[in-house]
Amino acid sequence: MALIVIQFFPITLNESDTVPQSDFMVENQVPATIKNRLQVSCYDCHSNNTDYPWYSKIQPAAWYLEDHIQEGKDELNFNEWAEYSDRRKNSKLRSIISQIEEDKMPLDSYTLIHKDAILSDEDKRVIIDYMKALKDSLE
Amino acid sequence: MKTVKRIIGTMALAAIMVLTVSCKDGNKNEPAAPMSNEMHQESMDDKDNMAMNDNQDAKAILQDYFKLKDALVETNNDKAKQLGATLASTLGSFDASSYSDNEQQELKDILEDAIEHAEHISESDMAHQREHFKILSKDVTDMVAITGTEMKIYEQFCPMYKNNEGGAWLSMNEEIRNPYFGDKMLKCGKVQREIN
Repeated sequence: MALIVIQFFPITLNESDTVPQSDFMVENQVPATIKNRLQVSCYDCHSNNTDYPWYSKIQPAAWYLEDHIQEGKDELNFNEWAEYSDRRKNSKLRSIISQIEEDKMPLDSYTLIHKDAILSDEDKRVIIDYMKALKDSLE
Repeated sequence: MKTVKRIIGTMALAAIMVLTVSCKDGNKNEPAAPMSNEMHQESMDDKDNMAMNDNQDAKAILQDYFKLKDALVETNNDKAKQLGATLASTLGSFDASSYSDNEQQELKDILEDAIEHAEHISESDMAHQREHFKILSKDVTDMVAITGTEMKIYEQFCPMYKNNEGGAWLSMNEEIRNPYFGDKMLKCGKVQREIN
C-alpha cells in the first residue's frame, strides 16, 4: 500500500538542455576522449543534467537518486566550474585527483548499474594526468 | 473501493502540494557563494568597532584552527571532527565588511574554500582530515596575510608529508609538533617563517 502511494510523489528532475558557458568543458579545452569519459562517468551527479536510468521512475529509487545528485552537485558541479575561484578550483582538482586515485569515484553503487561508467586504469591515468596539468596551470 | 481510491488520491495530492512547496526552497543551481550575503548584511554604522570585530573574528578563527591542529597532532579523529565543525562555523561568521573591495573578494574566496575543508574534516577519516588540513592551512595563512595578527605565529613545514610533497601549518609555539604524522614523526619539520 505504502509502496503504491509513494509512486505518486514527484521529484525534481535534474535536467537541463543547455550547456552553460561556465561549464568545465567550455572553460577548458578538454580533449574529446577525456570529455566523453567525464560525461559518462561523472556528469550524472556532478552537473545540472542527469541522464536518468529506467529505475529512476520508481520510488523510492527516485528519492535515493535525487539525494545523491544533490549531494554530488553540492560537492562539485562541473557546469559551474567558471564560477569557482581559482582557489576553489585548485581544491576541487585536488579532490578529483585523490577520489579517482583512491577508487572512491565513481561510486560503486553507481557503477553497479552503469557499467559504462567504470574507469579503466588507462582512463584513470589519462584523467589524473589531465587534472594535474590543469591544477599546475592554476598555481 | 471508491473511498479507498479517493483517500489515496487525496493523500497523493496533498503530498504533491507539500513537495512542490518544499522543492521551491531547494534551489537547484545554488550559487557557490553561501557566505557572501551574510557578510554584506551587517550594518556599517560603526567603522572603528567593525575593525576591532574583524580582528576578533580572525583571532577566533586562528584559535579554533590551533585547536584543530592540536587534535591532529594527537591523532584524535573524533576530536578533529568536532573541531572541524566548530571551525567551519567560526569561519562562517567572519565579517569582512570593513575591508577594501579587493580584500573582501579575496577573503570571500579564502573563507569559502576554508569552510569546505573544515566541513570535510568534520566528517572524514584521519588521512583525509590531514589532506584537507594542508589546504586549510594555506587558506588560513592567506587570511592572516590580509587581516594581520596580534599574536606571533610560526609557519612550520614538514617536507616528508604525502610522499615528500610536504605540508605546512601554523602554530603558536616555536617547538615542532607535527599535525601530519602525529607521534609517528612528532618532531619532523622546521620553522619556515615567523608571522607577526
